Amino acid sequence: MNMATAPVSGVPLIEGALVEGHWPEWFVASRQRGWEDFQKLPAPAAKDEKWRFSNVRALSLDAFRYPGAVADAAALTARSTGLGESAARFVFGNNRLLSATAPAADLVAAGLVIMTLEEAATKHADLVQKHFMAQEAKLGSAKYAALHRSGPINGVFIRVPKNLEVAQPIEIFHWVEGESSAVFPHTLVVCERHSKATVVDCFRSADGAPAFACGVNDLVVEEGAKLNYVAVQQWSPSSVAFHLNSTIVGRDASCLGMQVNLGGKFVRNENYSRMVSEGARSDMLSVNIASDEQMIDQRTFQDHAKPNATSDLLYQNALTGKGRTVFSGVIRVEPGAHKTDAYQKVRNIVLSDDAEANSMPGLEIEADDVRCTHGATTAQIDDRELFYLEARGIRPDAARQLLVMGFFNTVLDRLPDARLRGHIEGLVEARLTSALRS
Amino acid sequence: MKHLKIDNLHVSIGDREILRGLSLDLPTGQVHAIMGPNGSGKSTLAKVIAGHPDYTVTSGDVLFDGESILEMEPDVRARKGIFLAFQYPSEIPGVTIANFLRAALQARLPEGEELEATEYYAKLYEKMDLLEMPRTFTSRPVNEGFSGGEKKRCEILQMAMLQPTFALLDETDSGLDIDALKIVSHGVNSLRGPDTGMLVITHYQRLLDYIVPDVVHVMVNGRIVESGTKELALKLEAEGYDWANEPEAEAVGA
Ligand SMILES: Nc1ncnc2c1ncn2[C@@H]1O[C@H](COP(=O)(O)OP(=O)(O)OP(=O)(O)O)[C@@H](O)[C@H]1O
Ligand SMILES: [Mg+2]
Repeated sequence: MNMATAPVSGVPLIEGALVEGHWPEWFVASRQRGWEDFQKLPAPAAKDEKWRFSNVRALSLDAFRYPGAVADAAALTARSTGLGESAARFVFGNNRLLSATAPAADLVAAGLVIMTLEEAATKHADLVQKHFMAQEAKLGSAKYAALHRSGPINGVFIRVPKNLEVAQPIEIFHWVEGESSAVFPHTLVVCERHSKATVVDCFRSADGAPAFACGVNDLVVEEGAKLNYVAVQQWSPSSVAFHLNSTIVGRDASCLGMQVNLGGKFVRNENYSRMVSEGARSDMLSVNIASDEQMIDQRTFQDHAKPNATSDLLYQNALTGKGRTVFSGVIRVEPGAHKTDAYQKVRNIVLSDDAEANSMPGLEIEADDVRCTHGATTAQIDDRELFYLEARGIRPDAARQLLVMGFFNTVLDRLPDARLRGHIEGLVEARLTSALRS
Repeated sequence: MKHLKIDNLHVSIGDREILRGLSLDLPTGQVHAIMGPNGSGKSTLAKVIAGHPDYTVTSGDVLFDGESILEMEPDVRARKGIFLAFQYPSEIPGVTIANFLRAALQARLPEGEELEATEYYAKLYEKMDLLEMPRTFTSRPVNEGFSGGEKKRCEILQMAMLQPTFALLDETDSGLDIDALKIVSHGVNSLRGPDTGMLVITHYQRLLDYIVPDVVHVMVNGRIVESGTKELALKLEAEGYDWANEPEAEAVGA
């Protein structure tokens, strides 16, 4: 495996990346283009519709640097506890691979490929080149997508071969460590025809230092395949983070994607799902907790290119303190995409007077005979429900926690795997406990 | 023996006085029934005892074994041993019965102590069997989509799990078919005993055939106007409340 060669550290982000490792020429060229685009593209402006209600001032990148290697790779690997049992586990820290647990021999023999993107860029150049950031970032962050492309990307390439079902989840950890460190996690998953897999990305800070994360994931789900993808974001509370997603769903294929945002100071998610064939289905889910001065800004796009496809979006936010969320979503039904079934719902529960939830659902429909619904609700904790719980002896704090977890359960219940659900629920609950105390 | 004592209680909501000098003494070991016309303040009494924040106690007191509970938060009262089976139980989306009851029992344990899961489920299943509730209910959100009768059964399940000292059952019989009424009454009766006092609010003497009360109180216009044995319920069934609505009607002890 190609490991880091010359450690590069302390170089400011704004001077462009010096990159370690062995990357093929096509990738180096793409990186160069990324850097040029990043410099060319304008910074987001407050009046830009795609940045409405956001906080563009939070986006100064001057302080951030390409970090050196983490101090203790073994310690971070040990802290990478997740589901316990997994099909494979990769741990990265400050853009470098720290450890890898390869999949079982029978899965490898069946053709399952899980390796670093760096290794895959050479060994599976065709597939990586075909799918790596193949979709343009349309939802406002093209500049940051370009920055990602230019950076010391690391992460995992997964190819699930035709008909293979990988029962256990594949776990990926990305750690960031040190003051003002910048990381560029990337996950590229190709589920070939009629295959099945579950992939969990865990984004974590090793310390409480402010960090910058510029992550991208590309999910390709081919005919009849089924992919579950969960990203659990737990960057430090002073961090700025992007996570840009593109999901392509083929004929009779389905993808369930869930974004769980528990950390960060300014977080921007862009989730793009394109139904490219009939019978495709995309479930777009998100659970978010914004407390203190956190801002979680999410833009989504449900792109129906072909008839008879389904997309079902459910985003739920709990806000406390001066927490802010932005949801802006579009359902687009292209001409000819008849019998589209698209659903979009954002639900906010606001737990303090100073919190602010903005929701902007939207539709662009250019086909007939479609069923599209969208809606946004914002509520507070219901006093009658609270009294009901207290009348059973449950303390007010615990009662509030139970009610908010009940609110989130609607989304968490959509996870198909009980163990994964239990794990995510535990992380959400722990975060909620601290958010309700602050 | 412990007493739940309501002493000359006056309660208002906004400017309106709803309870107007109500007194009642419920000892453990007894079941008292309260009957009274719609709007006479029966649910108000039950909710005030449980600590509902909407109501203002302007004078009088509620004493739990001699100690005033009026300054206590609802959750504190509940942990002391007060239980209210609601007339209109709330739906709690996303919170399963199992999680809900676990939280309620956990709240009664000393800090740092964890509820033992196996024992908990054994007890839960035992009580569900008693009330003939299918086990699938444990994973359903509390009261969400429940039929009227299922909600009432769920209230009694909670009572059975929490084993209160004083239980206030507000129209637990309404919405129950005759079989369910028998099952729920059986559940309630199984909780009767020297350490439990019950206040049963109902409109129907029928319930009192199953849960036989020691004392029946008639409540009109925010006051107890008469108390007596269970025969009093038969009189109400036959004559209604007209006789008690006389402006000069006096409170007569049994
Ligand atoms: N939260 C409230 N806001 C306004 N009025 C209230 C409130 N709660 C009770 N009341 C009023 O107080 C009076 C007594 O109500 P309560 O529910 O205690 O009656 P009840 O005896 O339980 O009646 P029922 O037999 O119909 O259940 C009614 O006139 C009711 O409208
Ligand atoms: Mg009532």
